[in-house]
Amino acid sequence: MSLELTETVQGVVDGLTADHSEDLIEVYNSCDHTYIRVESQNIKEILSYLKTSHHFIFLCDIIGTDRYTSDERFEVIYNIMNLRTQDRIFVKIRVEEENPVVDSAISVWKSAGWMEREVYDMYGVRFEGHPDLRRIFMPEDYDYFPLRKEFPLLGIPGSIELPNTTPDTE
Amino acid sequence: MGIESALGEGFFTTKIDALTNWARANAAWPMPMGLACCAIEMMAFAGPRYDASRFGSEVMRFSPRQSDVMIVAGWSTYKMSHAIRRIWDQMPDPKWCIAMGACASTGGMHRCYGVVQGVDNYLPVDAYVSGCPPRPDALLHALMKIQDKIKTEHSVLLDT
Repeated sequence: MSLELTETVQGVVDGLTADHSEDLIEVYNSCDHTYIRVESQNIKEILSYLKTSHHFIFLCDIIGTDRYTSDERFEVIYNIMNLRTQDRIFVKIRVEEENPVVDSAISVWKSAGWMEREVYDMYGVRFEGHPDLRRIFMPEDYDYFPLRKEFPLLGIPGSIELPNTTPDTE
Repeated sequence: MGIESALGEGFFTTKIDALTNWARANAAWPMPMGLACCAIEMMAFAGPRYDASRFGSEVMRFSPRQSDVMIVAGWSTYKMSHAIRRIWDQMPDPKWCIAMGACASTGGMHRCYGVVQGVDNYLPVDAYVSGCPPRPDALLHALMKIQDKIKTEHSVLLDT
């Protein structure tokens, strides 16, 4: 590969090529960061490998994306950081619209809990093995996933309750 | 002594409404419902430079039981709207409401699913202030409009 990578990230790519070559789809640089796209089946093993063998001990964020494509519609992006060398990589996986299920990374990083809840809340991607996968921002009984592309900008009228303005008649 | 000597012989009539309205208009204590950046301008409104105490409104009461005017300063999410309405219901009558800034008035730039598009969806707003955020003078102007409104009310008659 002819990418300009730092020593740590090159080590990651070499390690993944050696141990998880069947899962590795592509590696590319964009906006001064390295993106590694992998298959979603073994994401937990790959993240755990990155943490234990390459010291990516800090999970900065988990991001969801709606690509609005007919196949592999949703993307989950793990923004992780090596605190020894200050290297940051983005690990991407794609999931289908029909049954968007991803293995939870909570056994690797405990901080994944709320981030996965946010991705679930906004996109409806479910995380298998999450101990408490509830909505984090929207009401518990909300029927929609607001950051999906087909969701209208102003929401569904009447879907979130406003306060009662005539409290005396309750 | 006093007013009798100034008036000389005779008597002086007025309405009890005029007296209560004068008192109410010049002691409209605000309930600062500061939700976003408008709250910073609201602090300037209360501070010495713009000096809301000229209008008797310097006493920012953080208890709804002691306040008369709720200044909704900032954007209201659906989640927060229940708390705002609850505080409004806890304020004793008579009470007034100022929707300060574009967000409180119409939702402003927060044109999205989580933000109530104007607090008048669940509060009876008396004065709207435009601006993002409005200058403290604009809020003073809204307060003066509220005072004008108070002075035209028939509060005692309505109480009977």
